[in-house]
Amino acid sequence: MIEKVLKGSPKFYVWLAFLGSLIGLGAFTYLFQMKYGLSITGMSRDVSWGFYIAQFTYLVGVAASAVMLVLPAYFHHYKKFKKMIIFGEFMAIGAVLMCMLFIVADMGQPQRMLNVILHPTPNSVMFYDMMVLMGYLVLNAVIGWVTLECERHQVEPPKWIKPMIYLSIFWAFSIHTVTAFLYAGLPGRHYFLTAIMAARFLSSAFCAGPAILLLLLFVVRKMTNFNPGKEAVQTLTKIITYAMTINVFFFLLEVFTAFYSGMPGHAHPITYLFAGHGGHVDWITGFMWVGAILALLSLALLIPPSLRDNEKLLPWSLGILVTATWIDKGLGLIIGGFTPNPFEKYTVYTPTVPELLISLGIFATGLFVVSILWKIALDVKKEAGTF
Amino acid sequence: MKRSRRQFLKVASLSVLGLSTHLATGGIVNAAEQGAQYLPNENGLKAGRWAMVIDTRAFETPEDFDVCVKACHKAHNVPNIPNNQNIKWLWTDTYEHVFPEQGNNHMSESLENRDFFVLCNHCENPPCVRVCPTKATYKKPDGIVAMDYHRCIGCRFCMAGCPYGARSFNFSDPRKHLDMGEVNPEFPTRMLGVVEKCNFCVERLAQGLMPACVEAAEGKIVFGDLNDPESEVRKVLAENFTIRRKPNVGTQPGVYYII
Amino acid sequence: MYNTKYVLPGLLIFLALFTSPFWAGKVFGTASYERPKLALPADQKECIEPVEYMRAEHMQILDTWRDQALREGKRTYVASNGKVWNVSLQNTCMKCHTNKAEFCDKCHTSNSVTPYCWDCHVEPKGNQ
Repeated sequence: MIEKVLKGSPKFYVWLAFLGSLIGLGAFTYLFQMKYGLSITGMSRDVSWGFYIAQFTYLVGVAASAVMLVLPAYFHHYKKFKKMIIFGEFMAIGAVLMCMLFIVADMGQPQRMLNVILHPTPNSVMFYDMMVLMGYLVLNAVIGWVTLECERHQVEPPKWIKPMIYLSIFWAFSIHTVTAFLYAGLPGRHYFLTAIMAARFLSSAFCAGPAILLLLLFVVRKMTNFNPGKEAVQTLTKIITYAMTINVFFFLLEVFTAFYSGMPGHAHPITYLFAGHGGHVDWITGFMWVGAILALLSLALLIPPSLRDNEKLLPWSLGILVTATWIDKGLGLIIGGFTPNPFEKYTVYTPTVPELLISLGIFATGLFVVSILWKIALDVKKEAGTF
Repeated sequence: MKRSRRQFLKVASLSVLGLSTHLATGGIVNAAEQGAQYLPNENGLKAGRWAMVIDTRAFETPEDFDVCVKACHKAHNVPNIPNNQNIKWLWTDTYEHVFPEQGNNHMSESLENRDFFVLCNHCENPPCVRVCPTKATYKKPDGIVAMDYHRCIGCRFCMAGCPYGARSFNFSDPRKHLDMGEVNPEFPTRMLGVVEKCNFCVERLAQGLMPACVEAAEGKIVFGDLNDPESEVRKVLAENFTIRRKPNVGTQPGVYYII
Repeated sequence: MYNTKYVLPGLLIFLALFTSPFWAGKVFGTASYERPKLALPADQKECIEPVEYMRAEHMQILDTWRDQALREGKRTYVASNGKVWNVSLQNTCMKCHTNKAEFCDKCHTSNSVTPYCWDCHVEPKGNQ
């Protein structure tokens, strides 16, 4: 099926070339990081994880979100999703690849990364995270490829793929739970140390991931006339709405616990994020408020059925939702976890230009992979008449 | 024809894989096979649980701290980096920062104004060891939380895990900030991209010497075996009121402070 | 076989290129490998283990030394001939082999290996 990549419109190749140039820019910047180390980033002794790890966390959620199509389709036999599933699975492949690249970009000694396998350490959550990410990549690649090939030949998928699909459902939950455990088990970081972390991660993943998927599919619909189906879109939007409501609710639970208990350690990170420290606000405060307002706005636009089913408005609502969840998880989560530091001191973290360029390169790599995989899927569907 | 070629390729590739893994694993020879032996140093200091008691009342002037910090950083080639990507093994801070959540309003002037030593606590139950994905950080049987810089992948999970902010990361090459003509030739430096911290002078203990800061403190810091009821640390702990940092996180630090 | 006239020459060319490192030197008479001449310690006659063994296995020994010293706390090495040594690259090996450039580097360079020992370990100042 890979030959489908070789026959495309000039537009498609211009798009790939554009992504390729961004990848090149990121790779070139990464050479500097190889030479000068992470000193070219904004990270410090106090804020020792930054933009890279935050993007990794966000993208694990995006990867896990494919399950929001697979689960209704296979557990509840909701046939309307079947047309879209392959796009969710292929997007998950791109997302997991980006996760891995972000982890490698964040390492001080990336050439030693096999040490995680050579010296397996079952007491470290990082070890499990590596395993679940690898496993999820393989599961999605195998399931996606095999089902698409069967669709092409117009035969039923082999029997052994069913158990793998069911496994992938549990696996999707596990990847984001394990990612949450990276944070939720650290005794000295109050913003991370919360039992609801995994639940928050899953809820934000299950709204943001499908929202990104729908936004990308809307683009594809414009370019190729591929139609995911009106009812499928509406159902998925309902799932997104429920997940986002739960996500916002979970965050408010955190706010209640921190401020009603009045325990300083729990309150300080949230106070810092939304109100700064010592009469001084940092750039993150503006982002956090915008994120909070956008989160509520997205709910206001998604909960009323008349607004939710308005196809003109929907892309905007979803875009607002994605921005809000990204600010919460792709910026605030890590900064809040490390500020204040264990000495109750405040160090400002601001990502640097090289850091952002490398991240841009990684995002472009993910988009590149997704573009190619989706192109294959679209061409196969066109051929098989399941467009 | 087609089918048999496919089968041939399957068998051939599997055999090549098997052969190469055999060669790869069989080729490694252990040096110990030559009849050599490894033993602990005869004159090395041994303990069931190393611990440190700092008499904070005795450290008054900046010079009191300085001799210890200098001794430590000189012995271990700790660079001095003038920004927030710096390396710290032994340093000082005020009461409210060293013991957050253990402070009072209207504390005595001496407590308010005094500085306190900060270093790795060598916890009984170290979160950094728990989270390390490669066992680059590990706990030795004598209670010292040690690091193998050769194995560290620089993921900085340990820095997120340490509730005491005791760990530093080499954001840049530490040798850029060291005078290589002046370094201690008996101890290595570190390299770009690994995490480091105080090692309780494990290399000096092996030679029968007390840690560098303890030696320089001339009695103001006591070091010894917590498991030995006759040891000096136990005696000092029995006679004085001591606190440890962040008791609520359950790590059981090995560094005690006489207040 | 299909397309024999293309496949066979292709295979032959591949084999020729693949094995070229083994015969190219002899056929074209390019410079042969010479064992580098190393600066040996003047005041010492023997290393911790026999020379042949050290030459082949010093990297494994150093690996074991590192693990024994750091993880097991065993810093005394009793060699196979019964002699006792301090387990330390900087304080034992490099005390005799004080000339890194003429000892370590020479072999490593001609064999294209770049160990990262001296990224951390301090090389001796003295040259012989």
